[in-house]
Amino acid sequence: MHHPAISIKDLHVSYYGNEAVKGISLSVQPGNLIGIIGPNGAGKSTFLKAVLNLIPKDKGTIHLFGSSIQEARRKIAYVPQRNDIDWDFPITVLDAVLLGTYPNLKLFRRPGKKEKIWALECLDRVGMKDFSKRQIGELSGGQQQRVFLARALAQKADMFFLDEPFVGVDVSSEETIVKILKELCWHGKTVVVVHHDLSKAEEYFDQLILLNKELVDFGPVSEVFRTETIAKAYQGQFAFMKEIGV
Amino acid sequence: MEFIEAVFQYEFLQKALLTSIMVGIICGVIGCFIILRGMALMGDAISHAVLPGVAISYMLGINFFFGAVFSGVLTAIAIGFVSQNSRIKHDTSIGIMFTAAFAAGIIIITLLKSSTDLYHILFGNVLAVRSSDMWITMGIGLVVLAAVYLFYKELLVTSFDETMGAAYGLPVRMIHYFLMTLLTMVTVASLQTVGIVLVVAMLITPAAAAYLLTDRLSIMIFLAAGIGVISSITGLYFSFTYNLASGAAIVLAATALFILVFLFSPKHGLLWKMLKVRKKRASLV
Repeated sequence: MHHPAISIKDLHVSYYGNEAVKGISLSVQPGNLIGIIGPNGAGKSTFLKAVLNLIPKDKGTIHLFGSSIQEARRKIAYVPQRNDIDWDFPITVLDAVLLGTYPNLKLFRRPGKKEKIWALECLDRVGMKDFSKRQIGELSGGQQQRVFLARALAQKADMFFLDEPFVGVDVSSEETIVKILKELCWHGKTVVVVHHDLSKAEEYFDQLILLNKELVDFGPVSEVFRTETIAKAYQGQFAFMKEIGV
Repeated sequence: MEFIEAVFQYEFLQKALLTSIMVGIICGVIGCFIILRGMALMGDAISHAVLPGVAISYMLGINFFFGAVFSGVLTAIAIGFVSQNSRIKHDTSIGIMFTAAFAAGIIIITLLKSSTDLYHILFGNVLAVRSSDMWITMGIGLVVLAAVYLFYKELLVTSFDETMGAAYGLPVRMIHYFLMTLLTMVTVASLQTVGIVLVVAMLITPAAAAYLLTDRLSIMIFLAAGIGVISSITGLYFSFTYNLASGAAIVLAATALFILVFLFSPKHGLLWKMLKVRKKRASLV
């Protein structure tokens, strides 16, 4: 029997009694590129973090590939929001990507030649091999995001979670990132992206999770991306809607 | 020269030298993680918080190492508990908890009625290091260095991107308290050399100087240890030659090195940056 990549039942999350995520149930099949969209404060990042058990939940069950998160951890790669990172940290691009090999290294083991070659391959894939010796703060926003994608690739994960990967990223980096995410899905990986920009959503994703604390809609992009559903989530921010031509 | 002769001649000076070299190394190493995690204030707090533990250990007649680690780690937990379970911010929580621990320590020590002990604990006196103290410092030093060597991967990931660590299953909370335990041990090891009040300088200043010199953590750790050692030896020299308080002399040596690096570091130094700006502006004229 095939397990869904992600299966969530009745997920509730709150901060000091204020509900941020209310009763979300959904299940996602492997090989899909999924966008989480919704207005500011809709709990998109909270939802993502709760799914990965990085913050405590009030209620609900989550299974990844039919097993608990603790059992599935090694199959997950997570890319944080850009402003969660200290870009002055004394670490080079190559060393940052090498962190991606850590989950598969045994305790007390250091990354060796094999891991370095693999990390360089991952950097090559995102077009950042020539920058391997730079300190991460010396890169542009788009380059930094590509390095973090390379780190996720280095994890050899089955599931990728990216929190707002296109914020502060130039157009060509965004294209590179999207291309790689789509390739991952063709190879049967599951990719979940928190996304703030509605204009590209239709182009990028196979499925959308439309959130506004509650699950407003979930399904194939063509079904979710309709004026009335989007309007329901964004609760009448119509000026904005017209602008992007929904 | 006289200093070197004296080192060969006097056993107490040899002990002082070995102890302060070890303190320079481990403070530098742990200090790197402390400043990269933005925990400089936490370092100050934990070092002060060992006082009640040390005092109680004296009272009970047990080795002060155990009491110090106990009260240090307990304070770290209390700080975390308050900031996580209320709207109190982390630095405020640190301020509340470490002063409470420190005050409790002072009260306990006055009950002991031995103010010389208090003075030595607070400010250190490396020239009075006994063999047993030296061995404790050496032992703690080796344990701390081994711990950092063995768990380097985990310390690096959680310092750089804690969420990633948590996402792939690292016990990040435990690693935090593990580091707090190491920090407490380093403080205890430094008691005789620089004293509680100034330990934080040995943790932060050499590491901060190293941070301005390199863009790689592994190199930063070695540089910080090196700067720590040079500070210790220089400070000890001045302390011995001019009869100055050892802790203060060592700390000022570290500060002097930091100022040098701050001005002249090849990449991040102030002078270099100013030159680059001037060159750029000149090219635009």
